[in-house]
Amino acid sequence: MPVYYYIFLSATLFTIGVIGVLVRRSAIIVFMCIELMLNAANLLLVAFSKMHSQAIGATHPTAATDAQIFVFFSMVVAAAEVSVGLAIIVLMYRNVHSVDVNFLNRLKN
Amino acid sequence: MNNILHIAWLIPFLPLVGFLVNGLGRNQLSKSISGIIGSGTILASFLLSVYVFLSVKDGNTHVAHYFDFINTGALKIGFDFQVDQLSSLFLLIITGVGFLIHVYSTSYMHDETPNNFAKYFAYLNLFVFSMLLLVLGGNYVIMFIGWEGVGLCSYLLIGFWFKNDNYNSAAKKAFVMNRIGDLGFLLAVFWLITKLGTTDYHTVFQNVSQLTSFDITCITLLLFVGATGKSAQIPLYTWLPDAMAGPTPVSALIHAATMVTAGIYMIARSNILFTMAPTTQTVIAIIGLATAILAATIALKQNDIKKVLAYSTVSQLGYMFLGLGVGAYTGAVFHVMTHAFFKALLFLGAGSVIHALHGEQDMRKMGGLKKYMSITHITFLLGCIAIAGIPPFSGFFSKDEILAAAFSSNPVLWVIGVLGAVMTAFYMFRLYTMTFLGNFRGTDEQQHHLHESPGAITFPLIILAVLAVIGGLIGIPEVFMHGGHRLEAFLEPIFRESKKIQGTHHLSHSTEYFLMAASVVGASIAIIFAWKNYKDYRYSTEENTGIARVLENKWYVDEIYSSVIVQPVRALGGFFTNVVERGIIDGIVNGVGRAVNYGSRQIRLLQSGQVGTYVLLMVFGILILFVIQLFL
Amino acid sequence: MLGNFITLPHLLIFFPLIAGVIAFFIKSDSGVRGWSVLASLLTLAVSLSTLIYKDNLELNGLAYNYEWLKYMGASFSVSLDGLGRVLTFLTAFSFPVILIATYRNVYPRSNVFYGLMLLSQAGLMGVFLATDALLFYFFWELALIPVYFLCSRWGGERRIAATFKFFIYTFTASLLMLVGIIYVYLHTAGTPFSDHSFSIQAFHTASLTPTQQSWLFWLFFVAFAVKMPVFPFHTWQPDTYEQSPTAVTMVLSGIMVKMGVFGLIRWVLPIFPAAVLQFENVVIGLSVVGMIYASLIAIRQDDLKRLVAYSSIAHIGLISAAVFTRQQVALEGVMIQMFSHGVNIIGLWIVIDVIEKKLGVRKISQLNGIAHRAPVLTIILVIIALANIALPLTNAFVGEFMMFTGLFKFNGWYAAFAGLSIILAAVYTLGMIQKIFYGETNELTAEMSDISFNQKLVLGLLVLAIFFAGIYPQPFFEITKDSVAAIVTRFK
Repeated sequence: MPVYYYIFLSATLFTIGVIGVLVRRSAIIVFMCIELMLNAANLLLVAFSKMHSQAIGATHPTAATDAQIFVFFSMVVAAAEVSVGLAIIVLMYRNVHSVDVNFLNRLKN
Repeated sequence: MNNILHIAWLIPFLPLVGFLVNGLGRNQLSKSISGIIGSGTILASFLLSVYVFLSVKDGNTHVAHYFDFINTGALKIGFDFQVDQLSSLFLLIITGVGFLIHVYSTSYMHDETPNNFAKYFAYLNLFVFSMLLLVLGGNYVIMFIGWEGVGLCSYLLIGFWFKNDNYNSAAKKAFVMNRIGDLGFLLAVFWLITKLGTTDYHTVFQNVSQLTSFDITCITLLLFVGATGKSAQIPLYTWLPDAMAGPTPVSALIHAATMVTAGIYMIARSNILFTMAPTTQTVIAIIGLATAILAATIALKQNDIKKVLAYSTVSQLGYMFLGLGVGAYTGAVFHVMTHAFFKALLFLGAGSVIHALHGEQDMRKMGGLKKYMSITHITFLLGCIAIAGIPPFSGFFSKDEILAAAFSSNPVLWVIGVLGAVMTAFYMFRLYTMTFLGNFRGTDEQQHHLHESPGAITFPLIILAVLAVIGGLIGIPEVFMHGGHRLEAFLEPIFRESKKIQGTHHLSHSTEYFLMAASVVGASIAIIFAWKNYKDYRYSTEENTGIARVLENKWYVDEIYSSVIVQPVRALGGFFTNVVERGIIDGIVNGVGRAVNYGSRQIRLLQSGQVGTYVLLMVFGILILFVIQLFL
Repeated sequence: MLGNFITLPHLLIFFPLIAGVIAFFIKSDSGVRGWSVLASLLTLAVSLSTLIYKDNLELNGLAYNYEWLKYMGASFSVSLDGLGRVLTFLTAFSFPVILIATYRNVYPRSNVFYGLMLLSQAGLMGVFLATDALLFYFFWELALIPVYFLCSRWGGERRIAATFKFFIYTFTASLLMLVGIIYVYLHTAGTPFSDHSFSIQAFHTASLTPTQQSWLFWLFFVAFAVKMPVFPFHTWQPDTYEQSPTAVTMVLSGIMVKMGVFGLIRWVLPIFPAAVLQFENVVIGLSVVGMIYASLIAIRQDDLKRLVAYSSIAHIGLISAAVFTRQQVALEGVMIQMFSHGVNIIGLWIVIDVIEKKLGVRKISQLNGIAHRAPVLTIILVIIALANIALPLTNAFVGEFMMFTGLFKFNGWYAAFAGLSIILAAVYTLGMIQKIFYGETNELTAEMSDISFNQKLVLGLLVLAIFFAGIYPQPFFEITKDSVAAIVTRFK
């Protein structure tokens, strides 16, 4: 399968994520969209890794799967982020009884 | 080191000691002790000066180097004293007249508190110290130290009674005008250093030939600017009449006999430079003569006894500069000496009068004092005759020498000079007649207390009167007596080089007799005229009109200076303070601050607190970066 | 000497530094005063010994060099040459004088006040001793930062605004200098451990084209000009002097001003000779204009502190002009004048402080006839004021005479124009004396008392210094002669 399929899919996912962050007001949805962007990037990493694995694998056998391992890193980070992020959202709900991101703009003054 | 150099430094040092003792111990010393210290140190200096003078007379001249004042690779200025004919003559005048005036002061200032009395003598001693430094200095820098030092003492003594704010203003005026001259002096010194690398007299005079005539002209003109400040010539003369605010002995010592002649000393000292700058000499002659006439006209209409004498001093100094300008250096120095005698005498006599009248200085309220103060009267009369130039009194010889030299330079100078001399005779005898002849016009109270002054006052008067009468005899012109001009012979080594350049042109004997006769006759007529006019003077409050009013107001020179110089300078200061400083410079600085403030206020609006906005901006930012990266 | 690390230059820096840190922890008010006076006297003793210590006094003076940030090419190198000697002595001499003269002034939280003062002294010492650009910059800021706090915490009514102005001015200027230092650094040759070096020798030999020099020159010049200050970078000064506590004003005007002059001599003249030649007329022109400008403004000032501030600007103008004449005689004049100016202006501030403490005002128009009530104060002020206007046989005459000589050698017209300030100085100084001290007393001054013993002591000391340097200035020239010659020869 040509690699641009993956690129298009990833770009679409990323754009959906960006637009979601921009237009949605619910903190949870925004959060999910961020995850979506992260995974779009992960998808690209895996795709490119597979694409280059043969060429690189000939000279550097261990380097061929570096990018895929890197995806695990970002997944772990994403998991950590989820735990922190959800905790923040829970706290936010406790304080203002809403998960609307635009509601919480008190830094302004 | 020669014997004379071992004691030369003591001459200024003793007055300095007197200054320190009187100045630091002014709260402890009694009046008699501070008087003795003050006068005693000057007497000792005088005796040493006599010794030095005698040894110089035997041809014993030296430059003494005491220590390095400034010694860097690029500039070397030693603390040097030059002991020669010219300086030793001035030493005698300064310490001699100075001593008499100190003695006089012990009585004149006796009403002061012990503290002020000691302070007065401290200042006076400091003055003598500075003046001696000025005269003894072996280079222009040491001279300048004394030069500014005497200015300082003059400032301190004019403002001695500092409760009166007018006196303080007069003191300030004197100092500032002197400083204007000093700037000229300093620039001349810098010029010398730049061109010759030294300020030592002997090196400078030996290397004059290395200077271009432009350099010499500029240097001498700048030095002359210095002299106009110190010696009260046009345009810087207006401080001297105001300086009469000081105690009268101070006027006698500083503002008549010694300090104001510093300019003449300086030019006589640098005579070789001036001789090589004919342009400067012309300027000096013209300014000197103009000052002599201007001051004489003002003196005609003054009513304050000290003001008349002050303008007379300015006028006489003008004559000395005329002498310097026409190359009659000996004549100028001679006139300095005789002037020191008779002008100190006149001032001290005026002081005696003022003392007797308890501070009254207005001649319109005097008169008839002849009866009450015989010694003062006689000595004063002798002084008046001397200054009027009647032979064989001292003023005749010295003034005549200057006028004769002026004639041989340009007869026009002589004509104007004689005119001034006639005016001198007139205003001096106006002064004399109004003060001593006629009837007393003061209050009964004053008349009741009129008395001759005590011995400490009359003693200096007598000595000075004797000197004023016979002082001229050391400079008898050749026409009267061959070899009679002892002073010229004595000063010959100083002016030798200048003489060589100038050459000698003798007037014929008949011309000289004619010149003398003309000035003597003119002065005599003026004396009789003054006597006739003022012997029955009545006090009237009528205001003067026309030219008399202009003269009474001193040609309005002070007012002109005030509106042309002082006010504009103050206005400029105000403009800088309020407009440039606050408006422009601070405006720019504060403007930068305000711009930053305003800018941040505007940019702050972007921080809306809406997460969405931030993200949107971020996305836009990334898109722009993409575009730049991919397409540019 | 005292071993390898504890040398005289180090003592000069670390003594006040450690003393200052200790001062923060002394709780008792009188204890901390006594401590700081004692510490400053000990520093003075060290500094005096540097004047006497004569061996190894060639161009580098007492130079010491320790590794500091080895891989950046920065080292803790200090040197005590002629320039440094005079200025560290001025610093060491001024601090005890200032602290004793203001001994009676009460400060809230005095331990912090005195601690900051001593830290500032350490910074000043470092500035005058450092021969490493980074170290120089470090000490430069170390000297300034305590002053910000001292002004803003203990100053007058408008202290915050004044401090802010001062801070913005000096900090901007310092940053320009930092940029300049880094730029020159990147053009220096390296050391065995680093690609480039901050040492002054490396800076001297840095390969800079004339174009680079010409804009680097301005980065450095502005930094130093603000500190001095040279017209038109001066407007922070009157405000800051007016608002700071007097002790700090003395430090600012007596010593910190010389940081700028010193910076020019040590860091600008030798490093950017081509640019100096290119811009000398601009700088001298600015300085001379500034002299007249500040003198004229001083005539119109009614506040004593502002008058002295503007008078100082006028005097510093002459100094900066003289620096750029590159004449040996002028630079030696600058060196002695830096000392003289410090002594004189500190004396003036002490007198003003006395008047303000006793009477509560410093408006010239409200004072009158003080001479009747305080004769000693009057005499001392008159002496100091006359020294300030460079009367012969006082210290300032020697310096100004030499600087004017150099200026005249450079160009007679500059000297003639600058000379007008001599006259104007007499006008404003004597006018001030006349209005404050002479005349009749008024209700305010009628009850005034004369100065106390400790003030007599320090003022007497200053007067002695004035006359000593005025009558026998030769020792100063002996100290500075070689260092100055080394700078002048770089232009030959």
